[in-house]
Amino acid sequence: MNPEFSTAAATVTVRRRHGGWFVAGVAAIVTVMVFVVAPRASSAPDGLEKVAADTGIDRGERAHALGDGPLADYAVSGIDDTTWSTGLAGAAGVVVTMAAATGLAWVAVRRRRSPSSVTDAARPA
Amino acid sequence: MHIPDGFIDGPDVTGAGAVAPPASASASGAATTLDERQVPMIGLTASFVFAAQMLNFPVAAGTSGHLLGGVLAAVLVGPWAGAMAVSVVLLVQGLLFADGGLSALGLNVVNMALVGALAGYGIFRLLRAVLPRTHAGVVTSAGIAAALAPVLASIVFCVEYALGGNGAVGLGRVAASMIGVHVLIGIGEGVITAMTVSAVIATRPDLVHGARDLAAPVVAPDAVAVAR
Repeated sequence: MNPEFSTAAATVTVRRRHGGWFVAGVAAIVTVMVFVVAPRASSAPDGLEKVAADTGIDRGERAHALGDGPLADYAVSGIDDTTWSTGLAGAAGVVVTMAAATGLAWVAVRRRRSPSSVTDAARPA
Repeated sequence: MHIPDGFIDGPDVTGAGAVAPPASASASGAATTLDERQVPMIGLTASFVFAAQMLNFPVAAGTSGHLLGGVLAAVLVGPWAGAMAVSVVLLVQGLLFADGGLSALGLNVVNMALVGALAGYGIFRLLRAVLPRTHAGVVTSAGIAAALAPVLASIVFCVEYALGGNGAVGLGRVAASMIGVHVLIGIGEGVITAMTVSAVIATRPDLVHGARDLAAPVVAPDAVAVAR
């Protein structure tokens, strides 16, 4: 199948299948996840942290280089209320992750669609 | 499962240098397989995985686990794009949330993004080949592959520990503890992945990469007209 054809077909599909409702649904679910569930999530150490504490494989651990950042450890510094602090940090992470992943994917698609202009340098002579 | 700075050190095993090969591999893999309409889905998948990774569930006394998301992402958007999506999550977590050491970013990308989205997706494909060619078969395959991914990741962690671990404990004890707890975490990973894939299939089956061979030809009439 030729690529122009499949792209055109795909665009038609997305428009016709009301992608907006799907995006809105995911946004609603993710909002509940970060503002409602995340503040109530287990604060016990995760599998690796627990094993590290039990066995001492963390003896070389160094403090995180960005451990003083405004969102470090999924809390907004300056907001004492756990629910809001966790929820807002999570929302910020969701937005940044969405933007970064979408941007990267968009760049990848553009590279594929114009191979001659981008990958010349990478081609073997 | 996010390795902090200083757990594992060694030449050429850790650090920013180790991020480049897997990151560029998944980016170029993604670049050759991506379809334009997948771009928003990749963003949605990455942000869902980020949110899901915040939801630690208890697995045993004093221990929790959370979704890693590699198999989920791969089933939704394909293995390469899935590896890219989870890598973005790990990068954001390391830079903004102090979760996962910056010097261990390469290890974390290997353990969570590549093991899940590439090896885990391989298991998914194998299961799909033997299970019924139905949406239920897709959901079951995704759940089982996802349940195995954290176990695989814990085994890979043990290899990394053997190569450059800073602990004084023997590999056997680390392996027994790590693999044991990740068998339990894998159950949660499998359940969450199966539920999520099932929900997307119920609403937009055309958006599930791992089920596209089952998709009805929803675009056929218009697409043929457009192509002509």
